[in-house]
Amino acid sequence: MTEPVDAANLMTTALFTYALRLGDDALILSQRLSEWASRAPEIEEDIALTNIALDLLGQARALLDYAAVVEAADRDEDDLAYVRTEREFCNVHLVEQENGDFAHTIARQLFFSTYQLFLYEELISSTDELLAGVAAKAVKEAAYHHDHALQWTVRLGDGTDDSRRRMQAAVDRLWPFTSELFDADEIEKSLAVQGIAVDPSTLRPRWERAVSDALATATLALPPTVWTSHGGRRGVHTECFGYLLAEMQYLHRTHPGASW
Amino acid sequence: MSAPTDAQPHGLPLWEVFIRGRRGLSHVHAGSLHASDATMALRNARDVYTRRSEGVSIWVVRSDAICASSPDEIDPFFAPAADKVYRHPTFYELPEEVRQM
Repeated sequence: MTEPVDAANLMTTALFTYALRLGDDALILSQRLSEWASRAPEIEEDIALTNIALDLLGQARALLDYAAVVEAADRDEDDLAYVRTEREFCNVHLVEQENGDFAHTIARQLFFSTYQLFLYEELISSTDELLAGVAAKAVKEAAYHHDHALQWTVRLGDGTDDSRRRMQAAVDRLWPFTSELFDADEIEKSLAVQGIAVDPSTLRPRWERAVSDALATATLALPPTVWTSHGGRRGVHTECFGYLLAEMQYLHRTHPGASW
Repeated sequence: MSAPTDAQPHGLPLWEVFIRGRRGLSHVHAGSLHASDATMALRNARDVYTRRSEGVSIWVVRSDAICASSPDEIDPFFAPAADKVYRHPTFYELPEEVRQM
């Protein structure tokens, strides 16, 4: 008699973790992009980056809210976003990397939005109604984020000597963090078999083609893979992540439940 | 037209943005912005002027491509129309259904 219950528990845990992973990616990148508010190179770009940040925040809210519903442990989206500790976040390392100069932010956007676009395109056919619904709405946003990053990658890469040097440096610096996007463990694999999740490793060939095409158009070199960074999905993060959380969670932890 | 707009402090030319609110209406000037080229100007216009669902279509045109009337010419250009009320369609009753006149 205990077997079906265990299977159901396992399933719930897997779905909770999966929604959390997608939600954390969106939440943390949103937080990073919103750091550009009032600091972007032009007011037009300031608005573009914060628009993208808001799109991602909307996705994060839907996904974290769903994770909370699935978990059914009396936590809501705010608890998940603002009260979890560093080791409990399961976003990839790429999205937590610091903004750097504008070229670094664009390289991070190019790598992540290409991945997210392809992911959502597949997730639209998820057998899970809510995940399919989130994907259907978010895929249009991701398509715009991808286009925005692509336009800038080409203009910076195929631009002045300085912009080209900076863009290449950004691509080289962030390249090691891209491999983790395609890591698939038992959670993704088991959910993918049931048609609920997308196995991210299946997105890799398409992503590599799209990114190498973009870099070629921008006259940039595809960096060699020397090392790769992993562990975000298990809650092991890079050094800069703690500082991001401190800033993101400060208000909620100081004034729990504050609203205005 | 005044001096070329290429010489902006940060080097990007100025563009004028026209938005069509919905099908059937004409494009209306919404404002201006800086962008490196027409593609980026369209993207920027989307972000700056249509964030609250204001539009279904955007036009952008370089500001230095617009030929504008001069304030000195106000009288010869516009004054002769002032005393010709018969040119206004005020002698017709518009049906209720015609909203966009």
